[in-house]
Amino acid sequence: MRIGLDVGSTTIKCVVLDGADNIVYSTYERHFSHILEKSEELLRRVAGQYVPDRRAELAISGSAGMGMAESVGVPFVQEVFATRVAANRLAPGTDVVIELGGEDAKILFLTGGMEVRMNGSCAGGTGAFIDQMASLLKMTADEMDVAAQTAEKTYTIASRCGVFAKSDIQPLINQGAKATDIAASIYQAVVNQTIAGLAQGRPIKGNILYLGGPLTFSKCLRESFDKTLGVTGTCPEDSLLFVALGAAFYSDQSFDLEEVADRLRERGASETYRSQPPLFRNQEEYEAFQTRHARAKVARAPFGPDYAAPVHIGIDSGSTTVKVAVIDQEARLLFTDYRPNLGNPVPLIREVLQRLYDEHPALHVASVTTTGYGEDLAKNAFHADYGVVETVAHFTAARHFLPNVDFIIDIGGQDMKCFKIEDGAISNIFLNEACSSGCGSFLQTFAQALGHDVREFAKLGLFADRPVDLGSRCTVFMNSSVKQAQKDGASVENISAGLSISVVKNAIYKVIRAASPEELGRNVVVQGGTFYNEAVLRAFEKEMGVEVIRPDIAGLMGAFGAALYGRSKAASDQASALLGREALANFSQETESRVCGLCGNNCQLTVNTFAGGETFISGNRCDRPVTGKADSGERNLYAYKRKLILGYKPVPGRRGKIGIPLCLNMWELLPFWHTFFTKLGFAVYHSPLSSRDLYLKGQATIPSDTACFPAKLAHGHIQFLSKLGLDAIFYPCMTYNIDEGLGDNHYNCPVVAYYPEVIAGNCPEIKNTRFIYDYVGLHRPKDFTRKITDILRRHFPDVSKSEVREAGDAAYAEYAHHMAQIRREGARIMDQARAEGRHIVVLAGRPYHVDPEVNHGIDTLITRFGAAVVTEDSVSGLVDKFPTTVLNQWTYHSRLYAAAKYCVEHRDCDLVQLVSFGCGVDAITTDETQAILQAGGKLYTELKIDEITNLGAVRIRLRSLFAALD
Amino acid sequence: METINYPKFTPEMKKTHKILIPNMAPVQFRILAAVMEQAGYTCELLENCGSQVSELGLKYVHNDTCYPALLVIGQFLDALASGKYDLDHTALIITQTGGGCRASNYIHLLRKALVKAGYPQVPVVSLNFSGLEKDSGFPMTLDLLRKLLAVIYYGDLLVALRAQTEPYEIRRGDAARLQEKWLDAICGWIHENKGWTNREMKSAMPVIAREFAAVPVRRVPKVKVGVVGEIYVKYSPLGNNELEDFLRSQDCEVNLPGLMGFVQYCAYNPSETARLYGGTFLEKHMSDFILKYIEGMERVVIQMLKDNGYHAPLPFKELIRLTDGVISTGDKMGEGWLLTAEMIELVRAGYENIVCAQPFGCLPNHICGKGMINKIRELYPQANITPIDYDPSATRVNQENRIKLMLAVARERLAERAPEAEEAPRRTAAERPSPERLGRRAKAVV
Repeated sequence: MRIGLDVGSTTIKCVVLDGADNIVYSTYERHFSHILEKSEELLRRVAGQYVPDRRAELAISGSAGMGMAESVGVPFVQEVFATRVAANRLAPGTDVVIELGGEDAKILFLTGGMEVRMNGSCAGGTGAFIDQMASLLKMTADEMDVAAQTAEKTYTIASRCGVFAKSDIQPLINQGAKATDIAASIYQAVVNQTIAGLAQGRPIKGNILYLGGPLTFSKCLRESFDKTLGVTGTCPEDSLLFVALGAAFYSDQSFDLEEVADRLRERGASETYRSQPPLFRNQEEYEAFQTRHARAKVARAPFGPDYAAPVHIGIDSGSTTVKVAVIDQEARLLFTDYRPNLGNPVPLIREVLQRLYDEHPALHVASVTTTGYGEDLAKNAFHADYGVVETVAHFTAARHFLPNVDFIIDIGGQDMKCFKIEDGAISNIFLNEACSSGCGSFLQTFAQALGHDVREFAKLGLFADRPVDLGSRCTVFMNSSVKQAQKDGASVENISAGLSISVVKNAIYKVIRAASPEELGRNVVVQGGTFYNEAVLRAFEKEMGVEVIRPDIAGLMGAFGAALYGRSKAASDQASALLGREALANFSQETESRVCGLCGNNCQLTVNTFAGGETFISGNRCDRPVTGKADSGERNLYAYKRKLILGYKPVPGRRGKIGIPLCLNMWELLPFWHTFFTKLGFAVYHSPLSSRDLYLKGQATIPSDTACFPAKLAHGHIQFLSKLGLDAIFYPCMTYNIDEGLGDNHYNCPVVAYYPEVIAGNCPEIKNTRFIYDYVGLHRPKDFTRKITDILRRHFPDVSKSEVREAGDAAYAEYAHHMAQIRREGARIMDQARAEGRHIVVLAGRPYHVDPEVNHGIDTLITRFGAAVVTEDSVSGLVDKFPTTVLNQWTYHSRLYAAAKYCVEHRDCDLVQLVSFGCGVDAITTDETQAILQAGGKLYTELKIDEITNLGAVRIRLRSLFAALD
Repeated sequence: METINYPKFTPEMKKTHKILIPNMAPVQFRILAAVMEQAGYTCELLENCGSQVSELGLKYVHNDTCYPALLVIGQFLDALASGKYDLDHTALIITQTGGGCRASNYIHLLRKALVKAGYPQVPVVSLNFSGLEKDSGFPMTLDLLRKLLAVIYYGDLLVALRAQTEPYEIRRGDAARLQEKWLDAICGWIHENKGWTNREMKSAMPVIAREFAAVPVRRVPKVKVGVVGEIYVKYSPLGNNELEDFLRSQDCEVNLPGLMGFVQYCAYNPSETARLYGGTFLEKHMSDFILKYIEGMERVVIQMLKDNGYHAPLPFKELIRLTDGVISTGDKMGEGWLLTAEMIELVRAGYENIVCAQPFGCLPNHICGKGMINKIRELYPQANITPIDYDPSATRVNQENRIKLMLAVARERLAERAPEAEEAPRRTAAERPSPERLGRRAKAVV
């Protein structure tokens, strides 16, 4: 008898083979993280029923099986390896295996040079991811599969990691996109993620085998893979058991199963994980804590059926919930409603409003204010009077409880908001970027995974004696930490407490990045539904060493604040514009999704049509689909830069055609190289503005999935150029940038400097087109001619030095002219803005942030708020070199510091920094830029961008910035 | 902006302050400490580790900063908080390479963190060869430079000898004990200002190598693993979750290319830069001069290893050539082209199973590490390389699982090759295991 045990991240699989390798028993079960108990029980079951003498050959595999196997002395087979053993035996002729598990994605190339690929530590789970997304859509995984089959279209969902995808999906839900389409988009995202992360340039073709839970259970997922890869893969019988089978085939050591089971039990009894002090030492401590928090109560008033005094309604249409608060003229709370957002908030809000009308025939609504992600939608649908950015709503509510509040932290279902208050205004905002989840839904996900209801789960942690130390990172990492802790014998209680503490640590160290409680101020209000969780509340107080106020309506503060806001705005005898009884009864909403098509951006619009024919459009990057008028770009230096760059067209030349990818530093150096090569008699072609499609076409050749998005786009640009029939593609390596005299050195960052090496090493396209990627230094104009002549002559022997000198001179002149034009237009925009009394935003990034696919239209978004946008390089020349506390050694970043300095010196300028996710250099620049700005009494706003297209968080930040400036 | 006026490390502090040294490469840095002590400094090599180190790092450094910075700074802060040191008479030392990578900024991040954590009085010394931090640099003399080179020669030699002996030793612990013995001896010499001249090293090294070669061993074929990567996580057990120990526990022979290669790489780059972009004659040839000087000793070390039946690294001159057609030697940020060259060297020398270790999101390694793996595999199909990211919360389980996958493939290949491995064992023919045994052995430990 041979037995293979596959202990995965969410399930446990076991097969028993007889002497002829027939399966006599197999099972596939969820283990709810009771890994040791479940394994023990399984072994005893198998021993009792199928292995009469209790002895069999046994091997263990699976991501959660490793440490366990070692500790009980059973051979461990690495799971990908086990898959290979099984595939070779059961499905000979297979070329590629794609296996998705609970948290792992793997691709095995079996023929033509065996290779195995596994997702890196960042790329997030797949099965767990699908489950998470399904629960977001309020479906089971099976229902989601069925739903996806009737989809009409797919949306773009970030495929980088689960947390990103989630923040793409949430706005889609809030904007009323169809669940069926979202479901299909989720599967497509999984496919993209697998291919982008694991193929790394190697084509997936031939006989494909699909293995693992998600691919077995979801027809739609298999079809998405088939379609994307252009293959017809097969999902074999026993596709769930391949790893277990591989382990069984591999086993060659015989064990007494009962004995192994005993050893597992012993191991379960020993706790070896890293722990931290308990949340409460005893019952008294807990009671004191409860009594203290019971005091933070909002004033309430009765709300009878005959209530006729004016009321103010606040509606908070959040990411996972809809909250409504009704207050009277004295700000006393009359009514609250809190319900999960089942995808479309509009019908939920309508239901609440109708109930208010029905139960209170004499209702006199003085004002209605909406806030949250769905603010605009709700405001338009129901004719609310005001919309208020959620940061301001929360601040308004917090101030009601603690007038001298100086710090507010709000942890909701999906997002976390913290703000510092100085002089009665928000002075600094911290939002969780798309990467760090650590919020309410995070706890919920884990509670469910461990088989508990979230409330009950949190309570378990209160009196845990040795909470697990789980660190402070994102969900994906947390999954494996939790797995580890369970293997090390941590109880559910201690894991629960550990998770609550990690939510707090995530907030403090990852989002706020505070080093000490004094930094946060001493008058802290905590809010958001997550703080109802006493374990989280306690952990926060302990971690920060400060007693905080948690209002009894912690989860309703947004709605309450919105109502307060309306109350302060409304005239004394005002009647709200809210839809009346009848209009509400006849209310209808139709949602349609279409591509705008009025310009090259091709925004995916969601168009809501309400009764009466009014429409509300979302998903647009500019006002054109709403107003019909194109954005003139007259207040936007980003638009001007794009216009300049796109103005460089190929001029037919005698020497042939040369291509330049419009990526990374080429966004600034195109004028130089275009002129240079045109002068030399080449027709110079450049790739177009990036697009989603262009990115996807190049994504399969990206070797490092954690590089920044602008770098990853380069693959698409090369792919594009390779189709043009060019004589050469020119993309030089440049260690140094041009020295602008602003810093101590003038490097490029490693990625900008050497990305051409990555292209040369990984893109098959360049095998057919000559790729010139030599090392070039523009920082030494005198040496440039000689050096570049040598390089060019290797490819074009007839190029003469004097020609090159002439072309070089023209190129340097053109570059200088280009930069001067930018500065001049920048000055013009600022002059005009000053004359018109507009805010000036220095949208500081790198030259390549001008690409609309990189900045996601943030430049236009800012101009839509009425401000003018200029670039960092248009103002950096107006500042003298000054000392910084960090080594100021990169040209692009020197500009950034200088731009910050400029903003400090000019009252009407504010800096917003664009930071590409994964930009290691910006870990240094953001702190320094912030320090420069804060020393000058300026607000610092950082916008993290990636493939992600969700502008919700960006909008909140910008609106809060403008709210603080006003 | 308060850190612009950071405390300087003044010459007087040599007498009054104790300098704390972060522990990057445990063997080499122990000798380094001896050199500093001999030069009149009071210093201590930090040994503190544990979760609080990375936690302090996370608390006081931007979380997206690379892992080595978090660890080094965390280790310092943890030490300062321990109460073991007189805070008014303690200084810290940190290396600075001055390249285009963020690592050149560690010292500034450290100073910021010191202020934030409440130790604004603690001065930081920069150990660099680029002329940075003139007011707080570690004063370099020619003698000191030569001693530092000796540190690395001895250190690399001891690491290589132990690594190639230990997996095969018959009596567990022989090689480790021998390394310890010689470390003590060498540190002793250094304290007496002896043992560091080329002449002295030339006479000491054969003795050391012979002693290792005399350790009774059974040379059975084992999986040979090379480790390359970002310099800190490559060497520091704190940074790489005790990678070397883990690989040893998996019954592998581990090859960590020495620190000398990095020193030579740093010496080589300035002239290569001048050659690529232009510069004076001196700039173009300064490196040749330094490399020539190092070469003399390099030859001795290589000969010593070879004479005693050990695998020796390629001379630097030949290592450079391995980059031909793969990556340009113009890639000089972080470990740059050296990392790619080391991978190729390892593959060609039979260490075709490679762990490429880097901090999560390491910028240079997107290019010279992960970016080059495909190309290397194209040229050397036997290359079995797994990139591993290190990060405060990347779990050990995940990392080890990926390494095990790499090892599983390696073991399978080893078993396939087992019959031809007959010729491989060198000195202990009598104890050569039968092919069946080999197969089983390789299998049993998967």
